Amino acid sequence: MIPEVGHFALVLALALGLVQSVVPIFGARCRDAALMRLASSTALMQFGFVALSFLALTICYVTSDFSVATVFENSHSRMPLIYKITSVWGNHEGSMLLWVLILSLFGALVAAFGRNLPAALKAHVLAVQSWIACAFYLFILLTSNPFTRLPQAPFEGRDLNPILQDPGLAIHPPLLYLGYVGFSIAFSFAIAALIEGRIDAAWARWVRPWTLAAWMFLTLGVAMGSYWAYYTLGWGGFWFWDPVENASLMPWLAGTALLHSAVVMEKRNALKIWTILLAILTFSLSLIGTFLVRSGVLTSVHAFATDPTRGVFILFILVLFIGGGLALFAWRASMLKQGGLFAPISREGALVFNNLFLTTACLTVFVGTLYPLALEAVTGEKISVGAPFFNLTFGPLFVALMFAIPFGPLLAWKRGDLLGVTQRLMVAFAVGTIAVAAVFMVQGQSVLAPFGVGLALFVMLGALTDLVERTGLFQLPLATVRQRAFGMPRSIWGTAIAHFGVAMSMLGVICAATWGTERIVAVKPNETISLSGYDFSFDGLMQRPGPNYNALVAKFTVRSGGIPIGIVEPSKRSFSARGMTTNEAALLSRGLGQLYLSLGDSNNDGSIAIRLYYKPMVLLIWLGAVVMMLGGALSLSDRRLRVGAPKPAAKSVLAPAE
Amino acid sequence: MHRLAFVVSLVLLSAPVTAIAVQPDEVLKDPVLEQRARDLSRELRCMVCQNQSIDDSEAPLARDLRFLVRERLSQGDSDQQVLDFLVSRYGEFVLLKPPLEWRTLLLWGLPPAVLTAGMVSLILMARRRTTAHPEAEVLSQEEERRLSTLVDPATREH
Repeated sequence: MIPEVGHFALVLALALGLVQSVVPIFGARCRDAALMRLASSTALMQFGFVALSFLALTICYVTSDFSVATVFENSHSRMPLIYKITSVWGNHEGSMLLWVLILSLFGALVAAFGRNLPAALKAHVLAVQSWIACAFYLFILLTSNPFTRLPQAPFEGRDLNPILQDPGLAIHPPLLYLGYVGFSIAFSFAIAALIEGRIDAAWARWVRPWTLAAWMFLTLGVAMGSYWAYYTLGWGGFWFWDPVENASLMPWLAGTALLHSAVVMEKRNALKIWTILLAILTFSLSLIGTFLVRSGVLTSVHAFATDPTRGVFILFILVLFIGGGLALFAWRASMLKQGGLFAPISREGALVFNNLFLTTACLTVFVGTLYPLALEAVTGEKISVGAPFFNLTFGPLFVALMFAIPFGPLLAWKRGDLLGVTQRLMVAFAVGTIAVAAVFMVQGQSVLAPFGVGLALFVMLGALTDLVERTGLFQLPLATVRQRAFGMPRSIWGTAIAHFGVAMSMLGVICAATWGTERIVAVKPNETISLSGYDFSFDGLMQRPGPNYNALVAKFTVRSGGIPIGIVEPSKRSFSARGMTTNEAALLSRGLGQLYLSLGDSNNDGSIAIRLYYKPMVLLIWLGAVVMMLGGALSLSDRRLRVGAPKPAAKSVLAPAE
Repeated sequence: MHRLAFVVSLVLLSAPVTAIAVQPDEVLKDPVLEQRARDLSRELRCMVCQNQSIDDSEAPLARDLRFLVRERLSQGDSDQQVLDFLVSRYGEFVLLKPPLEWRTLLLWGLPPAVLTAGMVSLILMARRRTTAHPEAEVLSQEEERRLSTLVDPATREH
């Protein structure tokens, strides 16, 4: 009964979506306020029905209803409750349902919080949002129904893939989807503006909070994925340039560019056409990411060809929305008037620079990810594009971008004074240079790394310089400074903090990659292995049963200078339901660095292979992302942006899962 | 298992999963040589895996290749010789950084071309604009009014 309710609710959402796709636009044409207003009600109801559908599926999982095919394939009655819930989206069908849940959530948020939007714009935005939703409802209902019943219910499920039974991966997809799908709002606004043929600074003001919110979630989602890979893959890498990772990085890069160009549009009414294009491209990249991951095209072009139903359907959606969006852009963009002018050296100019480099970086990732697929499809030749390619091409672009970061916020709008700004950045620059020299003196092995450290410090201090200048710190009495600090628009704090976060991540990447140490050895019980001044004594192996697995745990006592500082227990978990083993690395944080220990194969002589790492500053990589997100949150709370901002986005999306 | 692991990680937009790649018995005694072997391993693709270098992969083929790389290095091959040997044996598919050729021209050329084109067009646009009238566009009165109602807290009290 419950699966049927869920299925039916999704069909009803589709019906509502179809109404919402057509009626509001018709209403806008005839200037009928009632027809336009209909969009808000249907958007809210759509969300209600999708949430009901999602809830129904969640109940199936929580109660282990193995008569439902996806539950049977992805759940197990002895799994902890948390993983029963997260296995809802730990498979293709369920994750697509999560996708449309978030899509309809954003539609409902626009309906609920967009009271200040002009009626026609709101009607158009919600209609476009509903086109996307309908395409994906149809995709789910026709090719990936999560509610399909089995003729005979099995007694036990096949278990969720053990790799996914991990807290990090449990929350990674919702975060990522909040980001991916959040950009659909920017897309809908862009299409609506093109349909209406007019766009102004107020448009940017409405779009920016949604973009910012989506960007925050995506930042956190990407960082979460990276941290998961770091502790799961067993060798302490944090970014692999894997196509699946790239699929999430591309919308992030484009979204970051969009965030910055929308600032120019809002403040100076310039870069309108470019911002519209970026809004279309950002969501297009989210769709491409979905296609890459969902269609199986990444595994190989042939795997895609053997079972193309889903892939072709998503490809169709892709062509429809990206092609349609870009065609509409080509047709209508000339109608939009170009706005405010500015000199090349100005805040606007800096933001254009930012956009140029971010989009090129995004293009690099795009080409690198898709080129092998395209080449194989066209000529049948196979090439590989991996980390060495991306490091070589993406790296320099990002370095240029980093170097420009401190200049941007210090330059004046319209016409800036580069020489003056350079003088104001002297302190930051001096500290950066001293750092380069100092790091170079201390260690001679790497030439690039000291420059990287110096650059990161330059960006950090550059961000602080802006704050110090604006608050008058070191110059004005402390009371005035406090007053100024609180009186300052929060978006200025947000900018500085987010830029500081970028530099933190960069510093973490450089330090961990350059000065990390590693040992690969076989150890016997009571042996001691040393690495970077830490001694690891192997106390022995033991078995420890878990709820649905058996763990082989190795116990190590870690000492620094003879003093015990902790016990680490890397383990291997064998899951009987699927006959799979996962590797649980053990982490011990030392300041911002981490000691990392993972297990390999055990040998007949009682020894076991281990990999030991010391990764200095590695935590900065993800802390930086969190700081970036906090910067975004501060910006979002700016009084100026609160109009129409999606306040409770984070809370309401989790509600149906409970 | 490896394939399965990959499929599932696709589901969650994440990287493929391995347990442990380089084994203790593979490590060379000479640290310099070993470091060269590790660096080379990161440039080489494990052909049976999805986008993994042989340094990260636990597949038996990757292990064989790691032994091969170390064997060639121990025999005094230069890094380039090792790469050439592997390419002659497995084709260019084994290289994670494809060489610049006709068929990879777009791969290597497109990003710098776009960057250059973007810069040139921006410079041209800036030139054209400085000759045009500045401040040609201002908000209409209606737009100014709407903007001010948006930011004015008084109008937000519903």
